[in-house]
Amino acid sequence: MNSNVTNARGQVNAVQRAGSGQHPYTYTTNGLTKVYGEGQAAVHALRGVDLKIPSGEMVVLLGPSGSGKSTLLNIIGGLDRGTAGTVFFQDQELSAMSDAQLTRYRRDHVGFVFQFYNLMPSLTARENVELVTEIATDPMTPEEALGLVGLGKRADHFPSQLSGGEQQRVAIARAVAKQPTVLFCDEPTGALDSTTGRAVLKVLKDVNEQLGATVLIVTHAAATAAMAHRVIHFADGAIREVVENDTRLNPEDIEW
Amino acid sequence: MSPLNRKLLRDLWRIKGQAIAIGAVIAVGVLLLVMQSGLVTSLDETRRAYYERYRLADVFAPVNRAPAQRIADLAAIPGVAAAEGRVSGSALIDIPGLDLPLQARAVSLPDFGKPRLNDIYLNEGRRLESDHPDEILLLKSFAKAHGLQSGDSLSATMNGARRELRIVGLAQSPEFLYTAAPGELISDDSRFGVIWMSRSALAAAYDMEGAFNEALLSLERNARLPAVLDTADRILDPCGALGAYGLEDQFSNSFITEEIDGLRATNASVPPIFLGVAAFLLYIVISRMVQSEREEIGLVKAFGYTNVEVGAHYLKLVLTIAAGGAAAGCLLGIVSGRALVDIYLLYYKFPFLVFQLDPASFVTGFLVSVSSASVGGVLVLRRVFALTPATAMSPPVPPDYSRSGRIGQALNTVLDQPSRMVLRRLTRQPGRMAGAVIGIALGMALSVAMIGIMSGFDRMIELSFNVIDRSDVTVSFNEAMSDKTVYELQSIPGVIEVEPVRMVSVILRHGLKSHRGAINGLLALPRLNRAVDSDLKSIYLREGGIILAQSLANKLGVKPGDTLTVEVREGRRPVLSIPVVGVTTTLLGAPAFMQLDALNRALGEPNRVSAAYLRIDSAESAAIYRILKDMPAVAGVSLKSDARAALQKQMDTGAGATRFIMAAIAAVITFGIVYNAARIAYAERARDLASLRVIGFTNGEAAFVLLGELAVVTLFALPMGALLGYYLSFAIAIGFSTDLYQIPASVSLESYAIAAIAVLIAAITSGWLVKRDMYRLELVSALKTRE
Repeated sequence: MNSNVTNARGQVNAVQRAGSGQHPYTYTTNGLTKVYGEGQAAVHALRGVDLKIPSGEMVVLLGPSGSGKSTLLNIIGGLDRGTAGTVFFQDQELSAMSDAQLTRYRRDHVGFVFQFYNLMPSLTARENVELVTEIATDPMTPEEALGLVGLGKRADHFPSQLSGGEQQRVAIARAVAKQPTVLFCDEPTGALDSTTGRAVLKVLKDVNEQLGATVLIVTHAAATAAMAHRVIHFADGAIREVVENDTRLNPEDIEW
Repeated sequence: MSPLNRKLLRDLWRIKGQAIAIGAVIAVGVLLLVMQSGLVTSLDETRRAYYERYRLADVFAPVNRAPAQRIADLAAIPGVAAAEGRVSGSALIDIPGLDLPLQARAVSLPDFGKPRLNDIYLNEGRRLESDHPDEILLLKSFAKAHGLQSGDSLSATMNGARRELRIVGLAQSPEFLYTAAPGELISDDSRFGVIWMSRSALAAAYDMEGAFNEALLSLERNARLPAVLDTADRILDPCGALGAYGLEDQFSNSFITEEIDGLRATNASVPPIFLGVAAFLLYIVISRMVQSEREEIGLVKAFGYTNVEVGAHYLKLVLTIAAGGAAAGCLLGIVSGRALVDIYLLYYKFPFLVFQLDPASFVTGFLVSVSSASVGGVLVLRRVFALTPATAMSPPVPPDYSRSGRIGQALNTVLDQPSRMVLRRLTRQPGRMAGAVIGIALGMALSVAMIGIMSGFDRMIELSFNVIDRSDVTVSFNEAMSDKTVYELQSIPGVIEVEPVRMVSVILRHGLKSHRGAINGLLALPRLNRAVDSDLKSIYLREGGIILAQSLANKLGVKPGDTLTVEVREGRRPVLSIPVVGVTTTLLGAPAFMQLDALNRALGEPNRVSAAYLRIDSAESAAIYRILKDMPAVAGVSLKSDARAALQKQMDTGAGATRFIMAAIAAVITFGIVYNAARIAYAERARDLASLRVIGFTNGEAAFVLLGELAVVTLFALPMGALLGYYLSFAIAIGFSTDLYQIPASVSLESYAIAAIAVLIAAITSGWLVKRDMYRLELVSALKTRE
């Protein structure tokens, strides 16, 4: 599989927006539908979503619980499959990929940050990052990645020895260490207090700007939206509106 | 080291208690397999080497008296490699301080050089010098039993003449590995001696100068045994051939063979049962263990690890436990096999040991444990892999309790909330619960069966010596005597009851099958030594036929109504056709019974007896033995108490000894199963339990929800384990039975009770261990972590 990742370590400071030598859209979905269950018990999580996400942007998916935003994230992240419709990653059709191809896609392009951090409790911070660098094609060193989130000195601590915010930063380090094309964050600050939450958002902004990764954040905290290039409002399994922010707030200025 | 491998090691450390319990179950299953098969191969190989090094003959041809030159004719038989004649005879040894003389066999050794066949192993002292006719070598085990050593003298009666002999050495021989007094089955070192003397001295004692009364032949590799036996009998016939027989019918060898075959049969049936139970447990435990890792599997898959990589990681975990257990089992199997072989060595009296392992047992042990572990792991992994990573990572959908809801509602008035939680969980996941119940039930079944077998051994001895044989003393005569001798015995003060018996050595044939043994001629309705049916009622011995022990009937493939060809091996050696009229339950040996008068008529020798069973007043025993010792017709007296003690000893040191080890192993397996069931239930519910604590349940109430489940599973397992144990005891009883003795499958109420108590103790201990962990649980972290 050809790699469109051009953001090698030498370019960390280059701000990359759409069109800077990459495919203009990281994701394109057409009529994406997801139904759980059958018959009367069927739940329509996505009802025909048409969406374009420009490369290099920071995008926030906003909406109440059960609106379908996490489902969308899971599908375009290659963790789940839609029931109908198509999903393109750049010019490759995710919805037509085999399980093995999806695995390859996740391995080469995608970084995940989950609400509950999902660190391996039996591995130290550094080892949790190594779990990903081990199989990536052009990773940072775990130390670099932990340095990026300000945890270089706690690399040898186990998750149980870290606070919630620190654990989330380890999870982010783990997600960015492979220098992903896309970074997915599902409620990254959901379990954090405001100070810690702001620090985590700051890291995400840095990753977006310094690595040039497209960052997708799912949240129901509307305030987070102020720092995004683009905000996609979700309700009842469909996009209600897409707002492009002319001015973006810095994470430290966000009201919690 | 890759982070996944590091995770593997730390995960193993985290679940070490459980891993050790699983590993232990696998280990003991494999241990048993390796130990038992190592034992059999070692004994087999040692016996083979012993026979070969000391040139044990392939054919034994007893004869009344054959001139020495006849041996050349025997050596010329096609297929015979070597032939040697020797003199052998029965003797009585008088040990000072003993009421009764002891029976012995005197065997000649060549005057010069070593014998070509049936050499001896000299334990101490020196070989015989032919110019000292009073020199003897004595069987080591007999000497040890009576504290005799080289340099001591011994008084023996040979061919009616009393002689003083001088022991110059102690020896043993592959020919006398297993010794028992004539007419008896059970080995007893102290009651049967072997004396080796120089050929010229022994020939003088038995009037065999220039002659032999036993020929030994060894065969070439491609020789046909039946043809050689026939030719040997023909050559020796004019000299009074008593019937040549092959090594397989030789007394000592046939018993050793039976014992080793018995061990082999036990080995073929019992360890696989244990290993099967262990494998089933491993399957259950592993599949549930992997199931609980579902979210982590989803996570690593989300990172882009392939199914193969993730699968390999978890299989490594599973295989580390399985292979670790199997390896420990192999090692322990070698160590305990070695130790056990040393014990068996004492029992079988091999002078040296060839310790040999059976590589197949390692392979089987590893294959069974590794494959059952892998199957358990792979099946669950496949289920998890079928889920998308997103589904795998999200906590499982709460199980649907709506179907079982009604049960709870119906019991609402009776049961409190925690009890309903226990009940609903049990009814909601019947498959999982059934797995746990079956697992514990199998453990209990093993225990029931093993405890049953322990009492089976006792019951065998009890039945044989208190129900079937109710005599106190057996008196055997030098030859078949007139039945007047019985009245003589009857008149001895203190003798309460006398019952005559005529034992005739015969070959029974049916089709191609044959058995060398004896027919016991008994009274029509004997009281002291009886033939009994399966209900232990006396069988009336009718005139017209023969009654066989069940095991003998099986061996010959006959049933009542069939006709046997009976070749009598003594007197005029007639060949008779006798119908089988019944089978009898015997647990010891494989006897055949006929009515005494009918047997005597068939032999053409009316009113003859060869032995008598006596019931005596124990207060008078010493006086009675003195009188018996002085009766010229008496060849030997054996006490039932001695025979019983000898059998008990044989059970405890011989093939039966492993029953103790197996019972211990059954206990380990049972505990391992119960402990794992508790551990898994806890792992699956840790989060729910923490939630209960958070909403205000006390530790005790939360523990009730967890342990209540274990308690119900255990209670369901008890009756099922009892039932399975009942059937399993038959399989194991067959495994432990040999041609020499049959172990009845007797599961007493006591066996069930002991096994049930063992399971309950295991459950209480496991529950306590798990509860201790639960109390230590930190509430918040338990709610946060996904484990």
